[in-house]
Amino acid sequence: MSDQLIFSIEVFLNGLMAGVLYSLVALGFVLIYKASGIFNYAQGVMALFAAMTLVGIMEGQVPFAGLINATFGTEVRNFGWTVPAFAGIALTVGVMIVLAWGVHQFVMRHLVGQDPIILFMATIGLAYFLEGVADLMWGSEIKTLDIGLPMGLNETIDRVTYEMFGYGFFIDNLDIVASVIAALLVIALVLFAQYTKQGRAMRAVADDHQAALSVGIDLDFIWVMVWSVAGFVALVAGVMWGAKSGVQFSLSLIALKALPVLMLGGFTSIPGAIVGGLIIGVGEKLFEFWVGPLVGGATENWFAYVLALIFLVFRPQGLFGDKIIERV
Amino acid sequence: MLDASGDGYITEDGRKIGGVVMEMRNITLRFGGVVAIKNISFDIREGEIRAIIGPNGAGKSSMLNVISGFYVPQEGEVWFRGEKRPPMKPYEVARQGIARTFQNIALFEGMSVLDNVMTGRLTHMKTGLMAQAIWKGKAEEEETANREVVEKIIDFLEIQHIRKTPVSRLPYGLKKRVELARALAAEPKLLLLDEPMAGMNVEEKEDMSRFILDVNDEFGTTIALIEHDMGVVMDLSDRVVVMDYGKKIGDGTPDEVRNNQEVIDAYLGVAHD
Ligand SMILES: Nc1ncnc2c1ncn2[C@@H]1O[C@H](COP(=O)(O)OP(=O)(O)OP(=O)(O)O)[C@@H](O)[C@H]1O
Ligand SMILES: [Mg+2]
Repeated sequence: MSDQLIFSIEVFLNGLMAGVLYSLVALGFVLIYKASGIFNYAQGVMALFAAMTLVGIMEGQVPFAGLINATFGTEVRNFGWTVPAFAGIALTVGVMIVLAWGVHQFVMRHLVGQDPIILFMATIGLAYFLEGVADLMWGSEIKTLDIGLPMGLNETIDRVTYEMFGYGFFIDNLDIVASVIAALLVIALVLFAQYTKQGRAMRAVADDHQAALSVGIDLDFIWVMVWSVAGFVALVAGVMWGAKSGVQFSLSLIALKALPVLMLGGFTSIPGAIVGGLIIGVGEKLFEFWVGPLVGGATENWFAYVLALIFLVFRPQGLFGDKIIERV
Repeated sequence: MLDASGDGYITEDGRKIGGVVMEMRNITLRFGGVVAIKNISFDIREGEIRAIIGPNGAGKSSMLNVISGFYVPQEGEVWFRGEKRPPMKPYEVARQGIARTFQNIALFEGMSVLDNVMTGRLTHMKTGLMAQAIWKGKAEEEETANREVVEKIIDFLEIQHIRKTPVSRLPYGLKKRVELARALAAEPKLLLLDEPMAGMNVEEKEDMSRFILDVNDEFGTTIALIEHDMGVVMDLSDRVVVMDYGKKIGDGTPDEVRNNQEVIDAYLGVAHD
């Protein structure tokens, strides 16, 4: 087998793993968009907020320490304890649920029935507000997130591929774990949507609000639930990304990576979000590997958007969306 | 014939009608300057088929929307099963056992017929999320029981052949029937039908009429329906409320309202003063 091909396989696998993260963020978008027609620009910031909250809780940081110190002239910073990862995650989930409730109660509830562009603007406001809150609550320095996930070169894969091709693949353990967790998350979501009462209600709300009301579904409850689920998905994405590259504000920019994924997969399709994320992840890495050297590199910055644009022209409904037929 | 003073009455075809289930007292509903309902009172009795008729824009759908909680009247009281109802959201009304269909059909277009009808059972699904995750047996038991009710209704309305069909592919007449099935799946105490036969051909109308009568007969369901076709109204209903320009202009048996001068004028388009 040629070296080029062997390297390509490695690049492909790494792209797949990077794509998992895009899929997760896109999934958060799709959930909220389907249920309420809101394009949630804040999804990326939610991932950041969740990751920062998790780090803050685990390290025993005093929330709003800066604010408290400035107001009262105190010097508090830490509670002096640390919280184990599992409890930290549970508490963070709680925080994300409270956040979901707050977003619905104080913002979205008052905007029901408004134009999509207005809802979108509201989520832009939410994104910046949340970013500010995250900053105020936990401080803006880069943090390391360590919840004990395995990291570094997977030696088994390295050895096996070395024996097969005479070249050992570099696959990060963290990427493998992330993929497995993401897959489990998606399976859990599908089971939830298909087989539970709340999941059925969620699908009903996504389909038709009026009909949902008439069969006794509390729309407010479902919307808070959906924002909570999206918050949980954001937490998972935030943890993955944070464990890899540190928890920092650039994390919120993964939302921008999810955009081309959504154009590819369609805004309302869960399988679309997953497959779209993987395609962009793989496409981006392979393109950089094959074409990057010819054009001076840095193709990863724009490849996803160009691919999405091509898709928009030829298949505007996305991979799995229904064909758009103009009614006349 | 009509004995509304006592507790119920016997219909022409010999069915026994019970006490008052739903009572509207002095309902007024405005939209800005438009008064959709003007100080209307009427009641619906246990086991009867009650029709609301009137020309276009009379306020019939608005009345149904008030009953089902979609509209909140500015004035008046709603009494359900002997209790004054506080202002309620539509989902709360549904959970009280009032199911409805819509004039413009509101189905879950992305779901199959079976899934649509199944959503009608949501108000009967008790098991909580945790229990569903942990105690699988209990949830399955409930699911099976709900499926049985749903299958019975699907058979009853003769839509077995389209159980798995996505609703978006169905013709209009069948959609109306699926919507009725979903409402029936809730086993409602009161069933509200907004123009269940609008836009249907003669044959479809006959089918739908038969289903409505059968539902009332077999399940004893109390039904309030809006209908334009006078022939159908006269055949189906026990008592009729007539509305015109938001006002009630008649209330009684089909024969009584048919001979009511004000009703005749409204339908012949006599100028309003
Ligand atoms: N949501 C609303 N907002 C504003 N006005 C409304 C609303 N719903 C109904 N109306 C007005 O209330 C009046 C009564 O309408 P309604 O739909 O109740 O009539 P209807 O008797 O059902 O007529 P149709 O036979 O055409 O269905 C109309 O003037 C209508 O424009
Ligand atoms: Mg109407």
